[in-house]
This record gives sequence, structure tokens and C-alpha cells, in this order.
Amino acid sequence: MTDTAAAGPKVALFVTCLVDLFRPSVAFAAVKLLQDAGCDVRVPAAQTCCGQPGWNSGDRKGARALARKAIEAFQDYDHVVVPSGSCAGTMVKDYPAMFDDSVRWRRRAESLAGRTHEIVSFLTDVLGVERVEAKLEAAATYHDSCSGLRGLGVKTQPRKLLASVEGLELREMEEAEVCCGFGGTFCVKYPDVSGKMVGDKAANIDASGADLVLAGDLGCLMNMAGRLSREGRRARARHVVEVLAGMTDTPAIGEGETR
Amino acid sequence: MTLQSTTPEFKRNARGALADEKLQSALAFAKPGFSTKRAQARAALPEFDDLRDAARDLKDHVLGHLDLYLEAYERRVIESGGHVHWAETAEDARRIVLEICRKAEAKTVNKGKTMISEECGINDFLAENGIAPVETDLGEYIIQLRGEHPSHIIAPAVHVTVEEVREAFRKAHGHLPEGRDLEGLDTLLAEARTVLRKKYFEAEVGITGANMLIAETGQSVIVTNEGNGDLSQSLPKVHVVMASIEKIVPTLEDASTILRVLARSATGQEMSVYTTFSQGPRRAEDPDGPEEYHVVLLDNGRSNMLGTEFQDMLRCIRCGACMNHCPVYNAVGGHAYGWVYPGPMGAVLTPSLIGVEEGGQLPNASTFCGRCEAVCPMRIPLPRMMRSWREREFEKRLTPSATRWGLGLWRFVASRPALYRLGTGIASRALAAMGRGGRIAKLPWAGAGWTDQRDFPAPEPGGTFMSRYRPDADGRPS
Repeated sequence: MTDTAAAGPKVALFVTCLVDLFRPSVAFAAVKLLQDAGCDVRVPAAQTCCGQPGWNSGDRKGARALARKAIEAFQDYDHVVVPSGSCAGTMVKDYPAMFDDSVRWRRRAESLAGRTHEIVSFLTDVLGVERVEAKLEAAATYHDSCSGLRGLGVKTQPRKLLASVEGLELREMEEAEVCCGFGGTFCVKYPDVSGKMVGDKAANIDASGADLVLAGDLGCLMNMAGRLSREGRRARARHVVEVLAGMTDTPAIGEGETR
Repeated sequence: MTLQSTTPEFKRNARGALADEKLQSALAFAKPGFSTKRAQARAALPEFDDLRDAARDLKDHVLGHLDLYLEAYERRVIESGGHVHWAETAEDARRIVLEICRKAEAKTVNKGKTMISEECGINDFLAENGIAPVETDLGEYIIQLRGEHPSHIIAPAVHVTVEEVREAFRKAHGHLPEGRDLEGLDTLLAEARTVLRKKYFEAEVGITGANMLIAETGQSVIVTNEGNGDLSQSLPKVHVVMASIEKIVPTLEDASTILRVLARSATGQEMSVYTTFSQGPRRAEDPDGPEEYHVVLLDNGRSNMLGTEFQDMLRCIRCGACMNHCPVYNAVGGHAYGWVYPGPMGAVLTPSLIGVEEGGQLPNASTFCGRCEAVCPMRIPLPRMMRSWREREFEKRLTPSATRWGLGLWRFVASRPALYRLGTGIASRALAAMGRGGRIAKLPWAGAGWTDQRDFPAPEPGGTFMSRYRPDADGRPS
């Protein structure tokens, strides 16, 4: 660790449960991007899940229990950065709403909400990153995940940084802003409807001519990757930070070592 | 209970809808038009979002003083010679409408488009009592011929293909030559117009809905594109307006605020083709108009929403933008929702009106993608309210026990980081072992819902991030 990095803002990475379990590459890429941008990055060991599954299933008490844990785990950092618009959205938008009956916890929730950011918008909007040092020969299309887009206003930021990736061509698909059908537990509670939605998404990805679909949320990416491979379509899926960090040596999501 | 719901069967309804090729082709045909036109209308009016704020604030004010405005409205209607009937339930509304029709010795009742009449099941009720209801809105007419209910609140026949319209007309219009040319939309339209024109002169009573009720003038307002509403209400002797209590706005100026966001959000028009203000029966100096003017004001559960976390839903002006932009609605269409109101607004309103035990499937059938709230002209926080319904269900133990059990387990483990690491480590290895070429084709239990529709990406080999990450003594990446 260099002195320069240590002098930067103290940033906690919230890995998120999906990235921790399914796609560690995303967290490693996030650490690299944050360090490259001069942050003093830490990964608090006490972190687990933000509580969104409970919150969105009506389990307010359970969601609050996990939110309190997260508020405590991330209280000592200048910023908390999340490679997911969905989990970041829960912390930014929902945590304050969870504690409408407790002034003390509401204040703590609002403090965390004010310090929490989705990673790509953090790089551009807070740190002022204009470009990245990365290279990838590919035609990519970007799916705007719902929580990041409509909850946090993440739209231009990933496109701006992707434009600086050497060799990468960005091809917009139709209905890039329409939900892919993941929706957390929705995809297993309503598999048929979800299947129709992700089928439409896969068709739009395919029609864009891109060989790679990028997004900022692993849930959506696993959903799209799984449907693309099930339908035998060409495009592969990666989290946007893998490309921005230049860490695309690992197989794409849902791909083995050899194809 | 009013119209019999199949809402608890949403999942089954949805499966049927997805397998229905005609429905899917009709939905695919309709989908892009609504959202494109709304986006264009919005882009053409720089103050559109400010108007949305104004419309929201206006309706919030009304809901805070609903009793006052309703009483003021009632006084104005009476002053202009009309009658106001208060219907606490759908049953009350049916009884009131039937009494008015009987008094008018009605054999035929013409109807402009009204969702409140759908909510009250007026058509079936009148028919059971020997009175023939005739829908005059083209879409409503088509579905009446087909024996259906609306699948969309402003485009009731959006689920019907042109070919099906042709079939319905051939079957229903038996008096017309069998071999006639029915190709082309204009031809179909002309035929419907010819048939309906005659009916306008036969009806003793005309029933319309109301997009708004204006407290300062006692007027009802309807917004249509076909002019059918105007003929339905001005030609018969008796005009009955069916409206719910939250349709009230204080002044004519307030009505114009709502009108400026309504058509733009609904169809992308600046204004609908006809916007008609009606006030009382025909006066001596009027060239035409009904002899009697009645307003049936329906509550049917709405006043119970006041002061609750669902009050914001009463701002709804029934533009349909939420369903036009809803990926779930666009996948399954409106009938799958199983009651009167489909899409996101239906997902919030249905449990409010028929109970969460009956309507609870709907607020669950959402990914919370937020597109509905993003386009709602009244800025109704639809996803937030769907989640509130999920909370009510959870509190009432209506949430399936497997879900409750799973969430409880998740909370227990995720509250204990060491246990959580142990669990995720085991899960990572187990799922990685199940993977073939990086993916899993078939998962058991709840996972089957995933793998029925798509492969499940296996975890990256090498374990979880937290097990691979090696920070230095200060917790920094080394």
C-alpha cells in the first residue's frame, strides 16, 4: 500500500452477497478501480447482506435487524461503495425509511445513506474519474439495471467510462432500460413471467449485435447470462467493473474455463 | 365483493396468458406505441414534470379535505337541478342505477366508458333485470360482443387482435351481408359506427363515468377520443354519471392542470379529441341535453384508504401509463390480474378494494423495477405501496410459510458473520461442484423456478471473495 493511497478517502467496499458467493472477480475489480482512483480501500469483515430480500418480502423486522448490522459495520468510513445499484439503493433509499419510528437509528441510517454509492457513479460523480486504463476488443451492450437507473440515476456514468476502454465498441440495445425480469425473489416466485421478460431481454441483446452484455448488478447479469446460454445465444455477460478494471481474463458469467 | 375475481389465481392466469399466441401478438403490437408517444409528449412540454408536481399537490390537498369538497360539489349539482346519490358499496350503486333506470322505464342503456361501472358489475346486473346495456366505446363494444371484461383501463380491447374483431363483428352483426368486405381498420370502424349510431337513439338512459368532478361548478368531466361519451350522455332522457369519490377537484383551473398531464401520460396526446363538461339536466334555453342528471358517488372501500399508507393511490387519474410501461403487464396482459384494475395501479388498488387475502398476489407480482412510478403523472409511489402490501401480508402470516422460513433462516445466518462465512463457503463449493462448464442446468426445490427458465451460473472456482481476500493488518488489500 502506498502512502498516496492511504491519504485518499477511506472507502469501505460492500461486496454484496451475490458477488461474494458467485463472482469474486467483481470485488477484486472494484478494489482495483478504487485504489487506482486513490482511495484507501477496506473490506470490513463484519459485512454480510444488506437485508433487501426481507425488506422486499414484507419482513420489516428482519430487514431492520440486518440493516442495523450494516449500519454498524460501515459507520467509520468516509464512503461505502457497492458494486450493485440494487444493494446500494437499499442502503441509500430504504434504510432511512426502515427506521421511521426511531430517531437515533434513523439518523444513523441517513448518515450511511449519505455516504453510500454505487461504484461506477462514485468513480465519476464523486471522484471525478474521466477515463480508465483498460483494453478489450469487443462489441458490448449495456443493460440499465432498474435500481441503479431509476433509484440512483446511474445511466451516463458507465457509458462514459466504457467509452474510454480501448478497443471496446458500445452498441445500444432496444429497451435497455426495461427490467430483465430478475427482481430478486420474483424470478423464482413467478418463473413464467420472469422467463418471458428475460427472453425479451436476451432477444434485444442478440439483436444489438453485441458479443458482450454489461451491467452493474450481478443478479440481473446472472439472469441474463443464464437465459443467453440456455437459448444458445452468442453474447456473454460480465459486470461492468470487470471491463473497466481491465480484468477480463476470467471466464464470463456462467462460463467454464474452456468453451 | 363486486365483480368475481380470479386474482388469487394470478400465477395460473399468467401461465395461460403467456401460452396464448393471439394475446401475445396483440400485446406485442400495442406495447411500443404507448411508451414512445408518452415520451414524445413529455419531451415537447418542458414544464411537464412541474405540472406533475402541481397535479400531485392538488390531489393531496383534495384528499386532505375530501369531505368539504364532496359536500360543496353536491350542493352545486343540486343547484343546477341534478341529483347526487351516495353509494357506500358496489351493491348500493347497482341498486341506485337500477332504480333510476326503472323509473325511466328503460329497456336499453347506452354506456360511455366507465371503470366504476365495471367495478360495480353494472352490465350483468342490468341484463339480469331485463335492461340491455350497450357499450358505445369501440373497445368496450368489442369486448362486450366477446363477453369479456376490459384488459386495460383506457384501451379495454388491447388484448384483441384485428382478426378477432372481424370474427366478433361477423357473428354479432347478422343483419349485414355475410360476404361483406371487412378488411382494413377503417372498414371495421365504419361498421361499428353504423351499428352504434342507431343504438344512440334507442336508449332511455345513458351512463358515463367521470374523469373528474369539479366542486366549484358541480360539473362532471369526461375525456374521450370517439365522441361516444357525448352521444351517450346527451341523447337519452336520463344521464347517469358513475364516479368514485376521489375524482373531485376544487376548481375548473385545477381540472385543467389534471387535463394537461392526463392525455399526455395516457396516449401521448396533448388533449384527447373530446373533453366534455356536463352540468345538470337540460335548461330551458339549451338546444339539447338530458331531462334528468344523476351522479352516483361510489366509495366501495376508498374512504378506508384515507389516512393510511395507501392514501396516495387515491391520487390516481386512471391514465394507464403505469401499465403501459410495466414489463409484467406487457408480458401477461390485463386479464391475468383477475379483477377490474390491472397493472401496477391495480396491484395497489385491488387489495385495498377487495382485501389483501383476495388480492395479495398482485403486489407480489412485481420486480419493483420502478418504471410505473417514473411515468406516473401523479407521482404515486406504486412500488413503495406494493411493498407495504407485502408487509401487511407478512404481518397477517399470508406470506407462504416456506418464504417466511427462508427469510428467518437468512436473517439468522446473515446476522452472524462467522456463521455466514461458513455457510457461503459450503454453498460456494457445493454449487461449484454442481456446475458443468460453469453453469447448472437443473436446480432442486425453489431453484427449479430459476432453472426451468434459464441456466444457473455456478460460482467462480476458488471459493468466496471473503475467503480469498487477504487484507493486511490494517484491513487494506495487500
